[in-house]
Amino acid sequence: MVDFPLLTAILLTPIWGILVLSFMPREADKTIKMISAVTMAIALGLTLYAYWAYDVSLGGLQYIENVPWITELGVSYALGVDGISLPLLLLTMLVGFSTIFVSWNVEKRSKEFFIQLLLLVVGAIGTFVSQDLFIFLLFYELGIIPSYIMVVVWGSSERVSKEYAAMKLTIYLLLGSAFMLAGVIALYVNAFPAGMRTFSMQVLAQAHTMGNLSEDVQVFTFFLLLLGFGSTLSMWPFYSWAPDGYAAAPTGVSMLHAGVLKKIGGYGLIRIGLLVLPLGAKFWAPFIALFAVVNVLYAAFVTIAQKDLKYIVGYSSISHMGYILIGFAALNVISIDGAIANMFAHGIMSALFFAMIGLVYDKTNTRQVLSLGGLAHQMPRVATGFMLAGMSSLGLPGLAGFVPEFTSFVGAFKVYPLFTLLAISGIVFTALYILRVLANVLFGPRRAEFDTCRDASGVELVSLVLLGTVLVVVGVFPQLLMGMVNSGMEPVMALLVKLHVTPTLLGGVFQ
Amino acid sequence: MNIALLTSEIAVVILALLIIVFDLLMPRQEARRSLGYFAVCGLLGILVYTFNQHGTSATVYHGFFVVDKFALFFKQLFIVATILTLLFSFDYIEGLTHNTGEFYALLLLSLVGMMVMASANDLLTVFVGLELMTIIFYILVGFDLRSIKSSEAGTKYLILGSAASAVLLYGMSWVYGFTGTIVLSQIAAHLTASPAMLLGLGLMLAGFCFKLSIVPFHMWAPDVYEGAPIPVTAMLAMASKAAGVAVLLRVFLVAFAGLQAYWLTIVSLLAGLSMIVGIIVAIWQTNTKRMLAYSSVAQAGYILSGLLAADAAGVKGMLFYAVLYMVANVGAFAVTTAVNNQCGSDKIDDLSGLSQKSPFLAVVMTVSLLSMAGLPPMAGFVGKMYIFMAITDKGYFWIAMLGLVMSMVSVYYYMLVVRVMYSKEAKNEQEFTASVSLRIVALISLIATLFIGIYPGPLAELANAAARSLW
Repeated sequence: MVDFPLLTAILLTPIWGILVLSFMPREADKTIKMISAVTMAIALGLTLYAYWAYDVSLGGLQYIENVPWITELGVSYALGVDGISLPLLLLTMLVGFSTIFVSWNVEKRSKEFFIQLLLLVVGAIGTFVSQDLFIFLLFYELGIIPSYIMVVVWGSSERVSKEYAAMKLTIYLLLGSAFMLAGVIALYVNAFPAGMRTFSMQVLAQAHTMGNLSEDVQVFTFFLLLLGFGSTLSMWPFYSWAPDGYAAAPTGVSMLHAGVLKKIGGYGLIRIGLLVLPLGAKFWAPFIALFAVVNVLYAAFVTIAQKDLKYIVGYSSISHMGYILIGFAALNVISIDGAIANMFAHGIMSALFFAMIGLVYDKTNTRQVLSLGGLAHQMPRVATGFMLAGMSSLGLPGLAGFVPEFTSFVGAFKVYPLFTLLAISGIVFTALYILRVLANVLFGPRRAEFDTCRDASGVELVSLVLLGTVLVVVGVFPQLLMGMVNSGMEPVMALLVKLHVTPTLLGGVFQ
Repeated sequence: MNIALLTSEIAVVILALLIIVFDLLMPRQEARRSLGYFAVCGLLGILVYTFNQHGTSATVYHGFFVVDKFALFFKQLFIVATILTLLFSFDYIEGLTHNTGEFYALLLLSLVGMMVMASANDLLTVFVGLELMTIIFYILVGFDLRSIKSSEAGTKYLILGSAASAVLLYGMSWVYGFTGTIVLSQIAAHLTASPAMLLGLGLMLAGFCFKLSIVPFHMWAPDVYEGAPIPVTAMLAMASKAAGVAVLLRVFLVAFAGLQAYWLTIVSLLAGLSMIVGIIVAIWQTNTKRMLAYSSVAQAGYILSGLLAADAAGVKGMLFYAVLYMVANVGAFAVTTAVNNQCGSDKIDDLSGLSQKSPFLAVVMTVSLLSMAGLPPMAGFVGKMYIFMAITDKGYFWIAMLGLVMSMVSVYYYMLVVRVMYSKEAKNEQEFTASVSLRIVALISLIATLFIGIYPGPLAELANAAARSLW
């Protein structure tokens, strides 16, 4: 099976689905959904195989494909996954597969909806499997426009109009990507002299060892990338698109955005920020740690004040991004391990949360915490989903969220004891708002007006069962995830060892 | 003297004359569509013939007229643009009810002007080509006699355009007076940085920037674009702009390369201003053509910024961009024409519900606009990358940064159009029809935009070869 282009197959399956869908008649609603489900199932199956067949003991990039593409620019169609990207690829497929079933009730213009949903998934897959910056950017931006159209056409608006939310999301992400692009161009031009230039992430990661990237260039370029990836990750102060966007988006899009697309920011910071521009990363790390604490605490406070379920999960996901950021900023193996694993765990957890909110909204027509109550009586299955996601969110041992959070705090504490303590206190606030939501929405006295609401059944159960199972399995056997992540850390480790003896202007201050 | 070098221009002139003759011979009441098809077929033949000249590099008339890869690249671009414009304009032009045969002939003659510009190797030929193109555009802009806006636009273009031509000519005469020659390569040999020379240079730059609708010489563009018949607007936006780029490049890189220190700063300011003004003002437009006019001001800024690199990489980026800009514009204007044929006006609002009535045309419009905005996987993304990489290499990182940020801002108003097409309900239940030739043009634009975006290699090589022939 060595020669089988596994990653291309994973990438092409949904594209093939899109092509088939575009030639389907508009009225064939059921068939359209079936085709989407089948394509995603195939792609998920292939990804699971890739995860299973990945040789953890060997580590490093596997399933490599490399075809020269735009030779004069040094762009090649280079794919490959390692312990850093493979968990995120799996996350994409798990969430992507669930979104198809979450969107099963979409009747309005379903053909367009599923085409764009698949486009969004293709964009996410592409960013995680590409080993070439050019292709990475290409896939990254692929998802933004479909998101806009999906929010505008199929979204719902309560606090702000969906047009406003969609435009805000688009502009934030695109401006972020403009800075990202500028950073990439600066990197491309500075890394190698004309004639030897390349977009290959692997080769670019060698540039600093040859002394081609001076510290000034690294610091400046990393700053541009930080603006770009920071807004994708909804780092403070570039976060305000996220809650509005998630709230206005249809459930499937909220799941993909909060669960998957957000993680591209963290992934990019590690893959391009740290591995290619280590001195830049070191320079900005203390600032990132500071922003991380603001993310955790500020967003947690805001979450407590929210009344709309989608806003609660939206703000809480911003708060959780702080854990990932501080894990990154500590720049040691343990903390970065934790950050990557946390991206996976948070992705599954927030997707499950949004899926459950979607179900509750479908059945009760409200997302306001105060108008809900006692739903566990009528909908025990939905309540189970809520509980699983909520408990994972507050880091209950035995669920996926615990080990990653714990790991990144352990790693970060050695470097930023004060910041880490502050960030850990975020868990208390998380517990506060999560428990309050669970208590108000699920438990308490039975409310008669919801007696007509039926519990989740049929296809609605797919995302609950799938994502819930993953939360428990990863929680009980964290080695499944951590072992994989750890196998990707070898190049990072070597780099970090070197970094710790290299003083930089600011990065050294906190050491 | 090798008159064969002029064959393609001569062929287009003959084609135009034939159309005029046929127009006179045809019965008055008969539709002139056949003449349009005749023009398209003739141009296709000439396009095929031009490949014959590939690889030649020769001059004629004492070096006044040059045929090289650079000239050929632009000529083929102009011919393709004209063919595509013709194909989507039939219904619209028939609707104008008068002198439709003349329209085709005039369009071809303006094409000759552009082709001459691409090959011009001295200031006088530049001017002759430019005026041939512009004078015909004065007529074409005012071609819709029933519309007051069209006549007004024609008059406006005539007055402002003549003033710009005068400025250009004045600049040329200063340059001639100082160097004693009008041949570009010889001007380069006599360059000095004297005030008189710089005055001539500045006046010429202003004249060219008018044609390119670079801020602050862009004021005419929105009114003229709005008033002109849509196919004419399309030609103005794509081909005439590309022709302006062709001359600008040759004049500045061949004749004035020695004065780079002086004009680079000004060009960088003009390019930056155009990006900012074009994009910001476009946000408030409610008319599709005006919106496209302002967006074309910004696009001209992007193209112009490539000049800052002043090397083959920058020129390659500009040529590449000119092609993808043409391709994207063809799509946008074809859809605008189709909607205009249906609704009789070109407000952005008229696009309401297009995604329901004609999903194909809505996709074409979306892809064209997003290509102009520079989003992957559309061609515009690669074009911007080429230009910005080239100028970053020369230390103009701030322009690249500005351009990237502004292009993402431009997504805002492009998305407003997309929103109208996708989320608003159609105004009426009327069936949407568009002619087959228009659909073919739209399809070509769609495929080309995506193809160039995903596999830019071949076009980039062509552009590269053309760019290198300037040195």
